[in-house]
Amino acid sequence: MAGHVVVVGASLGGLRAAEQLRAAGHDGPITIVGEEIHLPYNRPPLSKDVLADAGDDDVERLHAGLVFRRRASIDDVEFLLGRRAVASDLVARTVSLDDGTTLAYDGLVVATGLRARRLPLPGPAAGRHVIRTLDDALGLRSAIRTTATAVVIGAGFVGCETAASLHRLGIRVTVVDPFPVAFERALGPLLGGAIQRHLETAGVRFRTGTGVVSYTGSHAISGVTLDDGTTVSAGLVVEAVGSACNTEWLAGNGLDLSDGVLTDNDLRVLGVDRVVAVGDIARFPNALFGGDPRRVEHWSMPTDTAKRAATTLVADLAGAPVAAAPFAPIPSFWSDLLDLRLQAFGSPALGDTAVVESGDLDHLADGVLVTYLREGRLVGNVAVNLPPVRQRALRDAFLLPVS
Amino acid sequence: MKITVDLDKCQDHGQCAIAAPVAFRMNDEGNLEYETTVEDSYLDEVEEAADVCPVQAILIGQA
Repeated sequence: MAGHVVVVGASLGGLRAAEQLRAAGHDGPITIVGEEIHLPYNRPPLSKDVLADAGDDDVERLHAGLVFRRRASIDDVEFLLGRRAVASDLVARTVSLDDGTTLAYDGLVVATGLRARRLPLPGPAAGRHVIRTLDDALGLRSAIRTTATAVVIGAGFVGCETAASLHRLGIRVTVVDPFPVAFERALGPLLGGAIQRHLETAGVRFRTGTGVVSYTGSHAISGVTLDDGTTVSAGLVVEAVGSACNTEWLAGNGLDLSDGVLTDNDLRVLGVDRVVAVGDIARFPNALFGGDPRRVEHWSMPTDTAKRAATTLVADLAGAPVAAAPFAPIPSFWSDLLDLRLQAFGSPALGDTAVVESGDLDHLADGVLVTYLREGRLVGNVAVNLPPVRQRALRDAFLLPVS
Repeated sequence: MKITVDLDKCQDHGQCAIAAPVAFRMNDEGNLEYETTVEDSYLDEVEEAADVCPVQAILIGQA
């Protein structure tokens, strides 16, 4: 089928969308626009392997270790890298880029994802880091060689993985978070507290239940001041405080951009034709977790949503009906924290009750399984240091008919 | 098709064994075992296994 598809966003979601468009039968031209200059690469190692890597800081070398395999079916796809979409007209079917170019499309894939949120705190500019892109990780890599102390703000996955990596490199690291325990929002206080205690025993410091009010230092950061008035010394700060959706370029088209971009269950952006969204920017209803549309920031989502969105777009371009089966992906994510390997299915954050099914929270490294219920229904499970052979059953638990 | 797993990269996450049990399984020690050749009719499953590998260690080639 002919027709030009423009994919805006050149990370995992954009790449998988192009591959799945080909798999769904689209043989027309595809253009992928990406703000970063790098071909799509894998981000989870940025807070772990990239920081720990002992080699030089050559960006090509580090990128080569992260770059995604690209299916042969997209060899003819045009990548416009180092360029950002700044505006769009979804009635005229055009996207405007920051270099003045306007791209016309027949079908559009929204895959612009998220950017790291930064804290607007007073204090010096030098020494503030985030960790979302390869360039961010390179900046942090070079900074950690000349510092003995660091503060990580935010005790979620990115923050704690980064803190664990810095700790392993011999840096005295303190994690600060306004919530009472680490991972409180993602995993709840029961498991979150157990992981925090495990990391504390290993030597990672935590200051929870407190926020940061300012950074100290004259030319560069020398510490952070907490809201109880105390100061923690730090040669650098990593702000791991969540992200903002890259939807500005979609403004003015009458879309619901209140949290990502609102879509239907087939990933069709609501209110316009021939536009689909993929990855962590897509807010779609998932019957597994009730009907409320939600964004899901887990690594498995770009791949899952790209498959459905591509099928939808190819059908819509052809004026054909889409598959009748509802789209109900099971989110999956993992985390490596020192000697702990977490593997999760579902959305533990949605649970109102956490149950320790096996193991001892005081001995996480020996293996623990926690399940999460919402109004009595399974919404997530997290395995800590359990053999991977058990994963199929943990995943399949979400496929059981609802009683 | 031929399957190659970069065992220096593989961290035994086990996602491939969920996506394509015909080619990948995790043994009782928690380590990956895999078939180096499977029928082309399983291409979709094996492609999915390669896609969902967190460390992108799976390569698929022509038999």
